[in-house]
Amino acid sequence: MTAAALSPAPASFDRRRTAQALLLLAALLATGRNILPEALLRPPEALVIPFAAWINAAFAFARDDLGLMALTRAFSDLVEFGLDVTANLLYGKARWPRLGPIPWVVIAATAATLGHALGGRRLAAFAGGTFVWIAVMGQWQWAMETLSVIVVAAPLSVLLGLALGTLAWRFSVAERVLNPLLNIAQSLPHFAYMIPVVVFIGIGPKAGAIVTIIFSVPPMIRLTLLGLRAVPPEIIESGKMSGATRWQLMTRVRLPAARTEILIGVNQVIMQSLAMVVLASFIGMPGLGQKLLQLLQALKIGLSFEIGTTIVLLAILLDRMSKAAAHRQPVHHAAGATFRQRHPHLLAWLALTAIGFALSALHPYFTEVERKQALSLAGPVDAGVDVLLTVVAPLADWLRWFLITWVLIPLRDAFLWLPASAVLVFVAGIGWRVGGRRSALVCLAFALPIALSGWWDRAMITVYMVTVSVTLALLIGLPLGLIAAARPKRAARMLLVCDTLQTFPSFIYLIPVIMLFGVNDVAVIAAVVVFATVPILRYTVEGLRSVPPELVEAALMSGANPRQMLWQVKLPLAVPTLLVGANQSIMFSLFMVIIAAFIGTQDLGQEMQRALSSADVGKGLVLGFAVAFIGLLADHVLLTWSRNRVESLGARR
Amino acid sequence: MTDTDSVISCHNLWKVFGPGQMPELNERTTTQDLQAGGHIAAVRNVSLSIKRGEMLVVMGLSGSGKSTLVRCLARLIDATSGAVMVEGRDLGAMTEAQLIDLRRRKMGMVFQSFGLLPHRTALENVAFPLEMRGQDRASRIARATEMLSLVGLKGREGYFPRELSGGQQQRVGIARSLAVEPDIWFLDEPFSALDPLIRREMQDEFLRLKAMVAKTIVFITHDFDEAIRLADRIAIMKDGMVEQCDTPERIVMAPATPYVAKFTSAVDRSRVVRAGALSRPVNGRSVEGDALAANATLHQIARIIACDPRDFIPVRAADGSVGLMDRAEALDILLGPDLPETAA
Repeated sequence: MTAAALSPAPASFDRRRTAQALLLLAALLATGRNILPEALLRPPEALVIPFAAWINAAFAFARDDLGLMALTRAFSDLVEFGLDVTANLLYGKARWPRLGPIPWVVIAATAATLGHALGGRRLAAFAGGTFVWIAVMGQWQWAMETLSVIVVAAPLSVLLGLALGTLAWRFSVAERVLNPLLNIAQSLPHFAYMIPVVVFIGIGPKAGAIVTIIFSVPPMIRLTLLGLRAVPPEIIESGKMSGATRWQLMTRVRLPAARTEILIGVNQVIMQSLAMVVLASFIGMPGLGQKLLQLLQALKIGLSFEIGTTIVLLAILLDRMSKAAAHRQPVHHAAGATFRQRHPHLLAWLALTAIGFALSALHPYFTEVERKQALSLAGPVDAGVDVLLTVVAPLADWLRWFLITWVLIPLRDAFLWLPASAVLVFVAGIGWRVGGRRSALVCLAFALPIALSGWWDRAMITVYMVTVSVTLALLIGLPLGLIAAARPKRAARMLLVCDTLQTFPSFIYLIPVIMLFGVNDVAVIAAVVVFATVPILRYTVEGLRSVPPELVEAALMSGANPRQMLWQVKLPLAVPTLLVGANQSIMFSLFMVIIAAFIGTQDLGQEMQRALSSADVGKGLVLGFAVAFIGLLADHVLLTWSRNRVESLGARR
Repeated sequence: MTDTDSVISCHNLWKVFGPGQMPELNERTTTQDLQAGGHIAAVRNVSLSIKRGEMLVVMGLSGSGKSTLVRCLARLIDATSGAVMVEGRDLGAMTEAQLIDLRRRKMGMVFQSFGLLPHRTALENVAFPLEMRGQDRASRIARATEMLSLVGLKGREGYFPRELSGGQQQRVGIARSLAVEPDIWFLDEPFSALDPLIRREMQDEFLRLKAMVAKTIVFITHDFDEAIRLADRIAIMKDGMVEQCDTPERIVMAPATPYVAKFTSAVDRSRVVRAGALSRPVNGRSVEGDALAANATLHQIARIIACDPRDFIPVRAADGSVGLMDRAEALDILLGPDLPETAA
């Protein structure tokens, strides 16, 4: 309501009237459900458009008639060659160049040296420690299977992203084409990428690598474009006045000057790759993800905890290292420095590597830790979890019972009970309220195809799960954020925790909830809630922190008490940021709901799993687009609302 | 303008920003005509000519079009109409390759926020234009080292731009712009981003360098004091047009428009006006005693003027001819005219 009071009067008055009329109509349709004709409850069969069949036909045409198969084969052969080389080096797969496996001590030493070069002693200890942990816990083979894919996929995806980003920067047509594609690509759930890849490539590491490449390219394209745009004009002019040709200007001025953004893109690529590689276990990608999937399905909590720890450690390590690389600033060497002074890390690395090879020659333990030599925490962890479970079991059981009986099932039934026509009118009304006719049309453009795809009920279940999760996430995240933002130090710590949590591959969040709730709807909701709380928490803290200090001071001097400060000054100003947080929260929970499908849901995700196992591209992509459209719909509404708020606040200031 | 001596000149230069078809541009085109079509003129019908070895300072407040003008002169942006001639060649008609070649041999430019490449050391930044034209590594490093010591940065060769202070960064920028030994030197508000003390120091440094390298210079500034301190000639711009283009002395003594007069009103004229400007023909009057040098500013000879008993003081110009300066006129400039109420 405050938003309405703030926006300019005449235009928004009409807009509010129309929106209210639409919402009223939606309410009427819902209340009059029992007397509505069948066609208004669910789109009749005759109207369902066979999108899946069309997509399948298009894919068959591309594969068989356009010879796209040959192209993908060529690309996948290249990827396979890279995979073979890294697989040989990292875990000794019998392929060219037949040098590997490199002893784990050498790899750990390399990681530690790299860590030191990028981020000093602490990062060195963390990097070395992570690899020692992996080796000592007997997970070397799986971890290296996972890493070997990232080592191949990330550089290819960076190159692809750079090329496409440069193209989009150079030709505005390319940008106009790419932009909507990227929007959709970044809201398509992971599985939607896997199905076409399975059709073209099959299953296994190669398919895993390729799906990883495709999945991790979009942020690289975005950041390349951003970086090239952000190069200060004077730097480019100085390059031109130095007589640089276009090519020299690109390679020696623009790209190096955009270095930070590009390296942040690399960081994103690496993190996306890790998330995808872990999930690619669904299409037969061996490694940590597959092991985790098997152990989770067998409910081996202790062992999956070990694997989960490894994945988390790797995620944090890769994130810290690539971020450190992105933010590293060049430093000059003292004049007349010797080779040793200029390259301390190179020399240290050579020395450590030599020691490593020597150690592995002395004892095979330093080359590879045998399974029976490996330590394991599984026993104690299982015991601990058992104790914990006996303590919290009554509570967890009650919570599960309560949620299922009184919240989840009634809500699900309510969502399914709603007539499709009422939902569509409601969506249009919300759109109209936020951004007038244009937004209403955009919202309908996202919602109608879902109705016409024939997956309405499944989509409503997904919407219900996301609604419940995001509501719970708001209830948890907002108060936590308010508490955290009260003190600057606490806020900084909380942001660090959020940052770290966001680097975890989504899969990880399933371990503790399965541990607590077992395999059911509540576990899914719990995992989604945890995952979706992080962005809300984060943006609450950031929104409150970014309130201009002079406004806070002005309010203090006006005699505002803490409560008035929060409700009258800070929260209203933080609303646009909060909306962005809510938007991200919805995106996250959509992704998570789909991933969690394998532990048992009845929504779009479950159907997507089925499409994956039967390699049904058409069905899989239709489902994927349905999920993406739900996300884009929420995205449009929330971001438009947020923008309006910013504008009205800006106008007021 | 047929001045064969001019190194760089522009004739009826226009730069108009805006969508679609440009309107016809001539002397009679007004702002209203342009605005009707959604166009904004940054440079309006500017004609200038700069002689070899001359330093022209283009002075104007922000938005007056001075930066756009210098970018048209360097063809960093294409003019909408009019011509820019560099040593008799039409800059606008050059191909990209010709333009690149021209910049590699004839032009150097210094930027307001330095425009240094952040990933290169000071030395590599200075060597950059040499690298662009394919000079070999050893000779370009030798040249860049020499340039850096010329601007007083010896020993800082390996520093990265972010490790240098603003003044030092601009010294690198100046060294880079001079590395290719250009004939034409563009400086776009080179000292505006520096704090006042450093700015003064850099102006002195600049005057020292200018005396050493003898270039044709186009210098942009929004600081009128800087302009009269450095310029051979000043072009004052307002709303894209040149209001007056003249020597500092003439601008101070005879402002062409009220706008120019507003700038000059706060200036200490005695530091600008030289004895020669007040020198009148002898016309049979008696010339007695020592003559003053014509190129001395009144401020420099203030004590002599104040204490000299003669009403007309002889002034000797550079060519040896002698004129007479009215002492009262000089005192008016030094002390300001008598105010009636205090005179009583």
